[in-house]
Amino acid sequence: MLAKPIISAAEAAGRIKSGDVLMSGGFMGCGAPDTIIRALKAAGTKGLTLISTDTAFHDFKTGRINGIAPLVQDRAFVRIIASHIGLNHETQRQMNAQETEVELVPQGTLAERIRCGGAGIGGFLTPTGLGTEVEEGKQVITVDDRSYLLERPLKADVAIIKAKKADKAGNLIYAGTARNFNPLMATAAELVIAEVEEIVEIGEIDPNQVHTPSIFVDCLVRSETQES
Amino acid sequence: MDYTPNKENIAKRIARIFKNGDVVNLGIGLPTLVVDHLPEGVTLILQSENGLMGLGPAPEKGQEDPDMVNAGGAPLSVVPGGCFFDSATSFGIIRGGHVDYTVLGVLEVDQQGNLANYKVPGKMVPGMGGAMDLTIGARVVIAATLHFEPSGASRLKRHCKLPLTAAGEVNYVVTDVGMFEIVGGRFHLLECFAPYTPEWILEKTDAEIHVSTSCKTVSL
Repeated sequence: MLAKPIISAAEAAGRIKSGDVLMSGGFMGCGAPDTIIRALKAAGTKGLTLISTDTAFHDFKTGRINGIAPLVQDRAFVRIIASHIGLNHETQRQMNAQETEVELVPQGTLAERIRCGGAGIGGFLTPTGLGTEVEEGKQVITVDDRSYLLERPLKADVAIIKAKKADKAGNLIYAGTARNFNPLMATAAELVIAEVEEIVEIGEIDPNQVHTPSIFVDCLVRSETQES
Repeated sequence: MDYTPNKENIAKRIARIFKNGDVVNLGIGLPTLVVDHLPEGVTLILQSENGLMGLGPAPEKGQEDPDMVNAGGAPLSVVPGGCFFDSATSFGIIRGGHVDYTVLGVLEVDQQGNLANYKVPGKMVPGMGGAMDLTIGARVVIAATLHFEPSGASRLKRHCKLPLTAAGEVNYVVTDVGMFEIVGGRFHLLECFAPYTPEWILEKTDAEIHVSTSCKTVSL
């Protein structure tokens, strides 16, 4: 197996351009690629579209902010596609002030649309959202007397994901609930940058234990713990 | 009769619905109180939509693992035999009918089994998260809510006015005054919780309620 480039977080951020559609893994900040997010914040890139299941925590009262939220704070996104923004006060503020366009997608539908994007599938049929605003503008298809919405695949220019461990070939292993959307997003972007806590030599990960096959990963970034 | 909001009673009554080994997804907030009131001998298999079966109690202070959070982003532990999975698998479990019960909080629930809990247009728009998939996919949908809004209006409605999370998917509503089943376009009062009476509940609720012939008064 060939080794994938190990790049700095700043180099990773430099490969994300204004106008890009960006997928970011993480669920309420758990399993978010924090090192790359910090570098992207430092780079000051704007005009992005974000696809992420939520926009993590940003609590105006306590000041708690994590995951992708520092980029929302900097108005890096003109459009956000997410399933939940309720614990990020700034995302809600921007949406209500019509500063940022927010499209809400049911979480299971978001996951499956990304899976379709990565798997070469032209969409899928789901009963989720029938009879709600989610149905608006969508084709309803009946199969065996049951109605479904046609949901379309989602793809991105760049996916930034987070894993616990990688080998230099780019095989990934996740930990706990930090897995969430990361393995799905790894399949659905032109450029996939995986931030990992530990990088081992090729051959040191048991092939049976791999969660994301190396074929999906373009380059690796080492996680850096934030100085507090 | 005076009304005092009582979330504990909602959790207590819902906890008695389950049998040992049921697979349950509990929404954040009120529904999570249910685990504190499970009868002896009843252990649930808790599914968390962010990618876990076998949710355990909150870890002790200092034992938190940043890679393990529940669907509200709070630290969690995992019971022996638990497992993790990605979000597509998680919602395959949910949509595929492998979850027995989902318990959700509501803003409004109506007699057609419609539920609204994700959006107050122009004011508060937290998003549906996994709630639309859970209400579609779980075998039984239980709405858990205080009976009244702060304004005094009942959260049980003839027709939801807010954007729907689920259309016709709610099976049971458990409030702090009673337990209701939704069948045939109306609420059926199965139990009223002392000191509330069926007459009082009917008077205070602007919805069509049929008092079940087997309706009984329960002290929680």
